Amino acid sequence: MSFTFQHAAQFTEVQASDPRIAKIGAAIRQYQRRQDSLIQILHLAQEIFGYLPVNVLRYIGRELKIPPSRVYGVVTFYHFFSLKPKAEHSVVVCTGTACYVKGAQSILDHLERKFGIRPGMVTPDNKVGLEQARCLGACGLAPAVVIDDKVVAKATPEEISAMIQNKVGAAS
Amino acid sequence: MNLEKLNEIAQAARRKRAGLKNKVCVCAGAGCLSSGALEVLDATQKAVREAGLEKDVQVVPVGCMGACNQGPLVKMEAEDTVYQKVAAGRAGQIVEKHLRNRSLVDDLLLFSDSGAKEKASRELPFYKRQVKVVLENCGEINPEEIEDYIAHDGYRALEKVLTSMSREEVIGELKESGLRGRGGAGFPAGLKWEMVYKYVSDEKYVICNGDEGDPGAFMDRSVLEGDPHRILEGMAIAGYAVGANKGYAYVRGEYPLAIKRLEIAIKQAKKLGLLGQRIFETDFNFDVEVRIGAGAFVCGEETALIASIEGKRGVPRPRPPYPAESGLRGKPTLINNVETFANIAPVLRRGADWFKSIGTPKSPGTKVFALAGKIANTGLIEVPMGMTLREILFDIGGGIPGGKRFKAAQTGGPSGGCIPEQHLDVRVDYESLVGLGSIMGSGGLIVMDESSCMVDVARYFTEFCMDESCGKCIPCRVGTTQLHHLLSKICNGQGTMQDLELLEELAPYVKEASLCGLGQNAPNPLISTLRYFRDEYLAHIVDKKCPAGVCKTASLTGVR
Ligand SMILES: Cc1cc2nc3c(=O)[nH]c(=O)nc-3n(C[C@H](O)[C@H](O)[C@H](O)COP(=O)(O)O)c2cc1C
Ligand code: FES
Repeated sequence: MSFTFQHAAQFTEVQASDPRIAKIGAAIRQYQRRQDSLIQILHLAQEIFGYLPVNVLRYIGRELKIPPSRVYGVVTFYHFFSLKPKAEHSVVVCTGTACYVKGAQSILDHLERKFGIRPGMVTPDNKVGLEQARCLGACGLAPAVVIDDKVVAKATPEEISAMIQNKVGAAS
Repeated sequence: MNLEKLNEIAQAARRKRAGLKNKVCVCAGAGCLSSGALEVLDATQKAVREAGLEKDVQVVPVGCMGACNQGPLVKMEAEDTVYQKVAAGRAGQIVEKHLRNRSLVDDLLLFSDSGAKEKASRELPFYKRQVKVVLENCGEINPEEIEDYIAHDGYRALEKVLTSMSREEVIGELKESGLRGRGGAGFPAGLKWEMVYKYVSDEKYVICNGDEGDPGAFMDRSVLEGDPHRILEGMAIAGYAVGANKGYAYVRGEYPLAIKRLEIAIKQAKKLGLLGQRIFETDFNFDVEVRIGAGAFVCGEETALIASIEGKRGVPRPRPPYPAESGLRGKPTLINNVETFANIAPVLRRGADWFKSIGTPKSPGTKVFALAGKIANTGLIEVPMGMTLREILFDIGGGIPGGKRFKAAQTGGPSGGCIPEQHLDVRVDYESLVGLGSIMGSGGLIVMDESSCMVDVARYFTEFCMDESCGKCIPCRVGTTQLHHLLSKICNGQGTMQDLELLEELAPYVKEASLCGLGQNAPNPLISTLRYFRDEYLAHIVDKKCPAGVCKTASLTGVR
C-alpha cells in the first residue's frame, strides 16, 4: 500500500472532539478496551469513515494498546477493510461459483472494454469503483451485481454498463 | 421463564392465528428481497387494509421459501398456495381474487410458467420430495418475532434439556442420533460435544460457524435469516451439555440481514429470559454474542476463525491441539456449523430414534442444499440423506434449462469436486461422495451444462484458493500459485503434456504438505476434473481447442 501526499491529511492527529472519533472511543470503552475487540472496532470505523484512514488506525491502536504494525496486519489481511477512500459509486460484481457459471466474467470483460476498469480500480474521474465479491449469497439470482447497495439480479453486461453510464453521467 | 409461561406465549400466539381467516406470508429472504419483496409486503398490507380485511388477514414477512428463482414469493397459508414473481402492482389483485373471491390468480401460481396448476404448494414436485427438519420454520414464521418461534415448539427442547436431562444424557442422545457436522467434514456431533465436555476448565466456549465461505452456497444464510432463534436454542443446549456459559456466533460480513436478525433474536431471547442468567429457573447461564467476519475464506477453518474472534489475522494453526482441548483464549471450545446447531433442537425434542428414521444409517437426517448454476429451479432445498443426485437435480431442481445437456454437478466448493453424468444415480451421503472424489461440503450444489469448460472450472477454483491462501505455509501459498499458473497455461492454449505431468505430480504434494484444509483440499477440483474430463485437458493441450468455447485465447483454434 503506497501513500502519496494526497493522503497527507491522514497523518495529522485525530481530534478527540471529532464526534466520529468520540463514537469510536465510546465503542472501545464499551468493549472495555479488550484487544480482541479490534475487528469489531475496525468494522465500526469503516462504517463511519467509509474507509480506514491511517490516523484513525493509530488512534484505535493506541486506545487498545495494540502496536500499529499489528493493526495494519489485521487491516490488510481481511478483504473487507480498505485503506483507500471509496469512489462515489460502488459496483460489486459477484464472481462466486454460481455467478461464474452464469457468466460473471462476461460482465467484467464488458466493463473493462467499455470503461477500462478491472476489479480494484476506479474510473479516472473517481466516480465509479469496481470490485469483485466471493459470493453474495444471492446465487439463486446469478449473476448478481451490487450497485450502491442495490442488488441487480440476473444481470447482463449491457444492463450493468448502462447503469454505470448513468451514474457517471448523473454525477458529473 | 418456565414451561407454563412458555406455553402461555405459544397459546397466545396460536389463538391470535386461530382468530384469523388467513395469513399471507411474504418471503423476505435475501433472494426475494433483492427482487423487491419489501415493496410487495407494503403493497399487500395496504391492499388488505383497503379491502377492510385487516381483522381477518395478517400479512407477515417470513424467511426463504426456497424457490428463489421465482421471487418475490407470496404464500397464502390457509390454502398453502404460493404465488411467484409477484410485482407490487399485483398485490391488490391477489387480495381481491384470492382473499375476497376465493379464486386463484392462475398466471401467478408457482411454476405456472412451466405448466403447474397445483393450488397447494406441497403438491408441487419441487416441495413434494423435500423433507424439512432444519428449514421446518423457514418461510413459515416471522423471524423477527420470538413468539412465532415459540408457537412452533420453539425453546421447548431447551426447556426439556435443562429441567429433565443430565448433561451426559444430552450428549448420549446426540451420539445415539448419529448427527454429523454439517460444516463439511461430517464429524459426529455427539463425539465432539463429549470431547469438550470431558476437558476440565473454569471456562469453555461454544462457537457457531456462520462464515459460509464456499462461494455458491447460501444455506446457513437462509437459516440465520429465516429462523435465527433455532440457532440460539441449539447453541444454548450445547452450552449446557459441554459446560459453557458463553457463545459466539461468527457470521460473514457479507450477510448484513442475517446479522441483524440474529441480533434482534438475541435481544428478544434475553428479554424473555431464554438467554442470560438462570435460564428456565435453573443454575444455567448462557449468553451469545455476534462476531462479524471481515471477508476471508480461510476464516471458516476453525482455528483461523478462533484467531479472528480474538481480533487477530485469521491464520490457522496446526492441530492438535484441537479446539475441543484448546480453542478460544486457550480454553476448550465447541465449534459447530449453523446447520448442525439447527438440527439440535429437533433431535432433542423428538428423540434420536425419530432422527435416525430419516436418511441413511451412516448419514442420518437431512441435508440442505443450495441449488445454483444451470438448473431450472435455483434455490434452497432440504432432502433426506441418501436421495440420488438425479432425483435432486431433475425431480426437485427441474433439470437443465434451455434444452442443454447436463455435464457435471459440483459439490464442496473449492475443496470439492465434480460429479459427472455417469454417476447421477449416486445416493448423496458423506461416504459415497468421497468415493467419487468429491465431498458433501457444506451444501453448495452447482450444476454445469455443456457450456462450461472443465479446465476453466479447475482454473477458477484454483485461483480462488490461491487468492484466499493465508500465506502461512509454503505448500499452500506457493503450491496453489504454481497449480494456477499451469492451469492458466493450458487454458490459454500454451500448455504441453509436460505441464500436465507436472500438475499431476504437484497436486498430491500440495494436498499432503499443507497446514490446513484450505491447502489440503485445494487440488481437489483439479484432480476430480482430470479424473472425469481428461479429454478436455487433452483437447486444450494437443488439439489447441476448447470444446465448450469458454477459453478464448488467440492460440486456441475452434473458438466460437
Ligand atoms: C478452508 C476451510 C474453510 C471452511 N469454511 C467453513 C465454513 O464456511 N463453515 C463451516 O461451518 N465450516 C467451515 N469449515 C470447517 C470448519 O473448520 C469446522 O470443521 C466446522 O465448522 C465444524 O462444524 P461441524 O462439525 O458442525 O461441521 C472450513 C474448513 C476449512 C479448512
Ligand atoms: S456465487 Fe454469486 S451470489 Fe453466490
